[in-house]
Formats: sequence, structure tokens, C-alpha cells
Amino acid sequence: MSPKLSAAFALLPEYLGWHVLLSFSALVLGVAISLPLAIAASRSARLRWPVLAGASLIQTIPSLALLALFYPLLLALSSLAKATLGHGFSALGFLPSLLALTLYSMLPILRNGAAAILGVDPAIKEAADGVGMTSAQRLWQVELPLAAPVIMAGVRTAAVWTIGAATLSTPVGQTSLGNYIFAGLQTENWVYVLFGCAASAVLALAADQLLGLIEVGTRKRSPRLVLIGVGVLLAGVALAVAPLAAGLDRTQAYTVGAKNFSEQYIMAELMAGRLEKAGAQVSRKEDLGSAVAYRALAAGELDAYVDYSGTLWTNALNRKDNPGRAEVLKQLTAELEKRDGVTVLGSLGFENAYALTMRPDRAAALHIASIADLAREAPKLTLGSDLEFLSRPEWKAVQGAYDLKFKTQRSYQPTFMYRALMGGEADVISAFSSDGRIAADKLVILTDPKGAIPPYDAVVLISPKRAHDKRLIGALQPLIGKISVAQMQAANLSVDRDQAKASPAEAARALDAQLGR
Amino acid sequence: MAGPAIELSGVEKRYGAHAALAGVSLTFEPGVFTALVGGSGSGKTTLLKTINRLVTPDAGEVRVMGQNVMALMPHSLRRKIGYVFQEVGLFPHLTVAENIAITPKLLGWDKKRIDGRVANLLGLVDLPLEVAGRTPDALSGGQRQRVGVARALAAEPKLMLMDEPFGALDPLTRDALGTDYRSLHERLGLTTVMVTHDMAEAVLLADRIVVLRDGAVVADGTPADLLAGAQDEGVRALLEAPRRQAERLRAKFAAAPEASA
Repeated sequence: MSPKLSAAFALLPEYLGWHVLLSFSALVLGVAISLPLAIAASRSARLRWPVLAGASLIQTIPSLALLALFYPLLLALSSLAKATLGHGFSALGFLPSLLALTLYSMLPILRNGAAAILGVDPAIKEAADGVGMTSAQRLWQVELPLAAPVIMAGVRTAAVWTIGAATLSTPVGQTSLGNYIFAGLQTENWVYVLFGCAASAVLALAADQLLGLIEVGTRKRSPRLVLIGVGVLLAGVALAVAPLAAGLDRTQAYTVGAKNFSEQYIMAELMAGRLEKAGAQVSRKEDLGSAVAYRALAAGELDAYVDYSGTLWTNALNRKDNPGRAEVLKQLTAELEKRDGVTVLGSLGFENAYALTMRPDRAAALHIASIADLAREAPKLTLGSDLEFLSRPEWKAVQGAYDLKFKTQRSYQPTFMYRALMGGEADVISAFSSDGRIAADKLVILTDPKGAIPPYDAVVLISPKRAHDKRLIGALQPLIGKISVAQMQAANLSVDRDQAKASPAEAARALDAQLGR
Repeated sequence: MAGPAIELSGVEKRYGAHAALAGVSLTFEPGVFTALVGGSGSGKTTLLKTINRLVTPDAGEVRVMGQNVMALMPHSLRRKIGYVFQEVGLFPHLTVAENIAITPKLLGWDKKRIDGRVANLLGLVDLPLEVAGRTPDALSGGQRQRVGVARALAAEPKLMLMDEPFGALDPLTRDALGTDYRSLHERLGLTTVMVTHDMAEAVLLADRIVVLRDGAVVADGTPADLLAGAQDEGVRALLEAPRRQAERLRAKFAAAPEASA
């Protein structure tokens, strides 16, 4: 077996366990909510339309967006709960995923349920009344047994949807089979992407077949078949979830976060490695959005992650000025401590700045060396950016300072952004200065004579609840000021290059070996 | 039994602008087999359903065994009244025996009593015991309706309401079931109200015929009285129909051997 494949298999028990637990819980909750609603909708024509329209509306929201929407909602609820009850709850991970997937599972169950109950032969309903059944007896003894096969068909559809959509819970911090897909897409590890797709497809297929067995059982009115289906299903869920129980005893475990690009994975692995060497247990939450990561840390759902001074300066503190590298870091450290109780442990030693970058031949042909030069040619050019750059204040600052107007602007996953530049689909990209591909492809970084782009020192952030945690700080403190931009570029390149790719964990170990204690 | 089995006084029912029942008053004596006849939309089915509250009247009063039906819970009222209708409505997910046992079960009879009753009823409606374990879809139309009658009789009601019970059956089956039911009516001392649009069936089975038109009673009496008495044109035409049919049939049968001789 290839090392990539065996690495993927090693992660399977954890990813599959969470994926099954999440999908199963969402489905059980979905059935528990949808079935009574379907019964109510079948009883009252006035209720039927709003209920079914509501469920359809939810279905039209892209599932990733639905998951994303629950995070701020739960965060607000959590702080409300903390203020009123003294107890918050985790707004990241399981809960938002569960709620979004539950909502997502409702439509097929509701629609099939209401249609099936309404579709029971009127003569049979009349007979049920005629023999003297109460409304409840008619429902339980006649309508539900007769509607059961159609309801089960709805549950089956819902199960397949839920298992598929559960892969999208990775960006809100819930481990799932989606971790393979998101991490694989980011690091161009296609073995991971395919592995994640295949695992989720096999799971969906297995669930579909088992629920199909139950459906056939209800159709043939064979309690034996139904029991076999339910039994195997429950046994399967228990078996898949069992490995998670081993990880439950993690009260002392640390959670290290990462955003969704290679350098972040490497930094998370580096920190996790140091903590594990210190004897701590570590779990990782990867592929988080920028804002999600900071808020999760401030709320104590992450214990540590690496962010960039300029990002926090503009996004968390809403500052538009640029007082210089040292001053930004100093004020940031004081402000975050004061406002959120977040500790900025210090700069790792390198910067990862947004850098407008061009291919050397294009830059030479158009005589562009600075962003000021670029502004002149921009109306004829295409800007390629990562998924969040165009909505960030830094872009507004640069755009305003130089009056930049591009012919077209396109957004890419960071890896594909470099591809687009090399392939000529984009003329300029919002690259990252610590990216190994800049040196490897001899790209030209345009200078910023007006200083519109703030400095981006990579800093280690510690959550308020770990502010005085000696083991955590002891393990991470030695990393401060140790990593040069050249070392980071090399580590990033080893993960991002097409040939002889390293995994983020391997890159982190290689980098760690160079750092010393 | 003291007093009438069913009393309707001034019963009205409207569906939108259409009056299905325009103030009907009728009394049904115990032990009598009554046929409600009339064309489509005459209100005969609506009238029947006011008796077991499948239809609630807009005005007027229905009393069953002396009790106002509105004073009872609909399900407890219906458990005391047998109800048979054209579509039968057997529960497809239950066996024949379970279908027959449904009302006794709702009434909380013990299993031994129910089993005995089911066996007894199968004999009563002339079905072999081995159909007990089958599901309704394995039965013929006539057998299904026999199960329907058995189910209606299961909780030993004194009152049977039948809505075109044999309407969907072939003529032979229909004739046999009608005759069989009539003898059950005698043996069990039932009070039966049957809706039918078939005047021949009404004349052959019923002790009393009530003719409805546009939600009102236009004739009421024994078949013989009605046939003899002079009523309005429409009622007479309705009553004469079976006789005319019979005469024409007799003429045909009489002509047939002559032609072949």
C-alpha cells in the first residue's frame, strides 16, 4: 500500500466515527421532528403549505452556507447562555453541524410522510372511523402502518443526503470524512480527496441498503425483516462510533486550530508535535475560516493557532492605519489581551503578507514593478485571488490607495490561484509572501510604495482559558522567533509542489528538525 | 325493546348551497329491515351517515336507542353500530381474522372471547375457517364483502347500517349475499337500514322502503303498500321498474322455447 493510502487508512476510524455519529444523530433528530410535523401537516391543510414550503426553502440554501450560518447564531446563543446561566456551550463543531444537517434531512421525510398519510385510501379511513376507532387509534393502527413504506423511502433519501452533506461540516470545525476532501484539495493530495469521496459514498450506499431492507420489511409487513435491518444498522453505527469512545477521556487534551491552507496545516502540526512531545494529548481542528478561527480561540474552543498580525489588525481590530511592523505587533498584543483575553505569544519570525505577484515575463512586458505601475495597466488585466481576499479590508485599503480597477476578478482555492497565474488565466494574484512557489516559479512581488498593505507577522495565539497554562506555553514558547521566511517557504513548497509531495505532518517534522529546542 | 331503535327529527345538512338533507324526520322500529332508495344526490347516504355520526347534521336531532348521538363520543357510538359500505374498506395490513376482531379489540374483549367470536362469525357469513389467516388481497370480491359484514357484526351490534353493500358485486354473488344477509337479520334480530339504488333489491330484501328525492322523503311504506298505492309519477316509475323488468324477462323466457321448437 502506498504511504499516502496507509496514512488515509490510519485516520479512518476517527473520521468515520465522527461522520457516522453526526449523520446518524442528525437523521434521528430529523425523523423525530419531521414525523410529528408530517402528521400535523396531513391533518391540517392550513398547516401543510407553510410546513412543506419552509422545508423546501431550507433545501434551497446551499448546505455549506447553512452550516456556516449556524456558527454565528450559536455563538450569539452561547454568549447569551453564558451571560444568563453562567454556562456557555461550544458553537463550533458538532452542534452547528448537527443542527444544519437535521434541517437538511427534514424535507424528504416531511414530504413523503405527509403525502403517504394523505394518500391512504379514503375507504380505509372511513372503515377505521366506522369500526369505532378514535383519531389516535386510526393514526397508529391504520394510517401509519400503511404509510410506513413511503415514509421509510423518505428516510432513505434523507440518509443519503445527510451522509453526503456531512462532509461539509469540516470547515465549521467538525471532524468528518470531509477532512480528507478539504485537506486533500488544499494540498493537492488526490489520494485523500478520492479516499474521502469513496468512504462517504460507501457509507451512504450501506445506509441506503439497510434502510432499504427496513422499507421492504414495512412493505411486505415482515417484522423480521424490519428487525434485521434495524439491528444491523444499530450495530454498524455502534461499531463505527466505538473508536471515538477511546478519545473521550480527553479532558486535558489541547485543541490546535488551522485555517485552510498548507502553511496553517504545517504550523498546526508543528505545535501539535511539540505538545505531544511534552506528553499532552492534542486534537486538531483544521480548515477553519479566518474569522471563525479567531472567534473560536477567543471563545476557548481552540487552545492555540497561528494567525497573522495584519489580518488581526484589520479584521479583528478594524484598524486601517499602518504604523509599521513592530508597532502593529506591540499594539495588537496589548489590544487583544485587553479586549478578548487572548495572548499573543509572539512572532514566529517570518511574515506571510498578502503580496500582489506576477509572472516575470508578464511583469517585464508591461513594465510593472510596483502596485503603482500596476494601477496603470490594471483595466486590461485579470486579478486572481484566494476565496477571502476580495472581501477583506486589506484589499479595500490597497484598492483605495492605488485606485486599482481590474478588468476581471476571479477567486480560487490558493493552490489553483498559482495554477491560474502560471496558465495565464490571471495576470496578477494575491499571493502569500511565505509561499514556496514564489521562489520556485521566480515570481515577481510588486512593491508597495504607499505602504497600503499592513505587516503580516505570523503569531502564535493562546486562548484566554490557557493563558496561564505552563505546559502549553512551555511547549510553544521555544518556537517564537525561530522560523525564517526561507525555512517556511521551503516547508510550504514541500507540501505544495507536484512531485515528491510531503504531507503537512512530514513537512512539520522536517521543519522541527531544523529548529532545535 | 321499548321505543324506536333510531329517531330522526328535522335533520338538515347542507354542502355549500346544496341541501343534501332538507329536514328529514323518520323513525326506525327495532327488528325492521329498511331500504333507503333514491337517485344519485337524493341524500340517502348522507342520511345513513348521520346515524353513526360520520356526518354531523346542521340542524335537527338523531337519537339511537333513545340517546342523542351528539351526547356520545363518536367512537363509542360507532362501536355499537355495524357499518358496511360498498368499498368494504378492509384493512390491507391485517389478516381476515384481525379485520373481523377489530371492534371487539377496541372494546377490550379478552383474546379467547375474540377468537371464539371470529370463528363463529366466519361460519355465520358462510366463509371457510382457513381464510382467517389470509390478507384481504387474497380474497374474491364476494368473500371480501362477507368479511366486511362479519367485521360489522363482530361486537354484536343490534343496529346495522349498510351503504350499497352489494353494489360492486356480480349479480349471482350479490343475490346470494343479499339473501344470506336477510336471514342473518332475522336470526340475530337486527335492525337494518340499507341504502341502495336498486329497487329490485329493496323490494326483495326490505320490510319497509323509504324513497328520498332532493333530501326529502317522498314515499315511505312496505313494498306492497308502495306498489299498490298511488304516489307521484317519479316514485311510481321507480317502484314499477323492477316489475316491468320482471315482466319483460318473463316474456323473453316464454318466447325462447317457442322459437326453438
